[in-house]
Amino acid sequence: MITPLPDGLIVVAKADCPTCRLIEPLLAELDKAGPLTVYVQDSTDYAAALAGTHFDQTLEHSWRLNTEFVPTLIRVENGREVARTYGWHKEDWRAITGLGAKLGETLNQNLPDMRPGCGSKTLEPGISERLELAFGDLKLQSRQIDISGIDDAIEACYDRGWSDGLPVVPPTPVRVLRMLKGTAREPHEVVGLMPPDLVPCTVEKVAVNAVMAGCKPEYMPVLLTALEAALDEDFGLHGLICTTMFGSPMIMVNGPIAKAIGMNSGGNALGQGNRANATIGRALQLIIRNVGGGRPGEIDRATLGNPGKYSFCFAEAEDSDWMPLAQERGIAPGRSAVTVFPGEGVQGIIDQKSRDPESLVKSIALSLRAVDHAKLAMAGDAVLVVSPEHARIFIEAGWSKQRLREALEQLLLAPGKDLIVGAGGIAEGIHERFKDKQVPKFRPGGLLIIRAGGTAGLFSAVIAGWAASGPVGSSPVTREVIL
Amino acid sequence: MNETILLDPTAENAPAQRLRLARPDSLQNKVVGLLDISKPRGNVFLDRIEEQLAGMGIEVKRYSKPTFTRPAPVELKQKIAAEVDLLVEGLAD
Repeated sequence: MITPLPDGLIVVAKADCPTCRLIEPLLAELDKAGPLTVYVQDSTDYAAALAGTHFDQTLEHSWRLNTEFVPTLIRVENGREVARTYGWHKEDWRAITGLGAKLGETLNQNLPDMRPGCGSKTLEPGISERLELAFGDLKLQSRQIDISGIDDAIEACYDRGWSDGLPVVPPTPVRVLRMLKGTAREPHEVVGLMPPDLVPCTVEKVAVNAVMAGCKPEYMPVLLTALEAALDEDFGLHGLICTTMFGSPMIMVNGPIAKAIGMNSGGNALGQGNRANATIGRALQLIIRNVGGGRPGEIDRATLGNPGKYSFCFAEAEDSDWMPLAQERGIAPGRSAVTVFPGEGVQGIIDQKSRDPESLVKSIALSLRAVDHAKLAMAGDAVLVVSPEHARIFIEAGWSKQRLREALEQLLLAPGKDLIVGAGGIAEGIHERFKDKQVPKFRPGGLLIIRAGGTAGLFSAVIAGWAASGPVGSSPVTREVIL
Repeated sequence: MNETILLDPTAENAPAQRLRLARPDSLQNKVVGLLDISKPRGNVFLDRIEEQLAGMGIEVKRYSKPTFTRPAPVELKQKIAAEVDLLVEGLAD
């Protein structure tokens, strides 16, 4: 229902508001002076004698008038608002009503010059979203499912197969609307075609799944960017979802947004306990499951999977001495970005004895050999997560990330004869044709280095990627977060 | 907050209502369970069904709930799910 604004004066009031009660006797004067409409938010017992008084029970009029406080006085001419004030300010009321000093003269009391009003009922918690859903332009497109016959909404979500195995937050329209406030993008905008079913995934569907994952609205820009990165052709999400191997999208966040939304890059960065880390990663997985149809046992054919398929998302502990991952990958300094990587699980590197970069880099190189299989090469990419105590050993010796990477690449060259099929009495291995060559462990660009973790602990970690790396499978993708 | 309406998080390729499992084309080589919910004379009904199924050469397994007033115990449900392909249950006396 859209009604044109009535010409004359409009007053929005609440019987419960002392300032509204203070000015209630004036309304009869306004009514005599010209057309007057009074919308009362909470009662039929306010200015009830006036013909223009309406009980705004649904709050539609108050909402359409963008009422923030009561009383609000509005003057409308030719269907358009020309003046407004709220609370009681004698001079404003005199000017807007056009009654000047005559306003209030029938009363045997001196009205104060000013009294603040009260908050409008339209802004009470949970109310404004409901009003927007009822009367606003935004119409959510997702199918509405009535579960009123079911006593537990979380169980209803399980029954429908919407969960990753953990409870989800029931995606009610109000919660989804709130989630959509976290992005300026239109709910109906299509982010991309979601594999494996290749169906259009709208911003609204992202929001529905973000609600279920437990996200806050302010996480939406990171989640949307992660989804876009995962949908990049280079990332090869379709194959990654369907593979029998371990990997799944892992999200690494750089830049100011990580701190702004409270992400963890410090102690237990790869673990549990931080809402942003936990729910952004989970939301991407739920989108894969619910929108894309990538469910284990169906098109997700993972033999073992990995715990990161619930959620795997963390931020870099950026340090002025080491270039952040996103910058290494072409993002301008000071900008926020998301990098997606087809991550497996976490393999710790414990080296508590190395005190110089030469020893530590050899130690790390040896551990990196285990990616995929010690005898495989140029298969999976890897992320090396360097903890602050290990990073300090390199930084204090003047080693940049780039120098560390180059040193690792050098150390990870191996004689092909040791890696080929059958070498060492192990059938697994690389092709015979590499027998006389020095073979790099990783393809060019296949080793990513990121700094994260708590300030105590001479540990780092390897997160192996999908063994199908590069054009035949998946390459890491970095995208700037656009707010 | 109104919790009775949920927005579908999926691509909406499946019907909003959950579908029943498809019925088998034939009972050949299937094991049929008969669940007595412990209402009076339920056994009469189920005995007759067992007789007929057995006459068709179909394997039958019998189960009973401790009481019709409560849902089947989890152990019983798991046992039935593990042992039979179909289940016939008598709901009332």
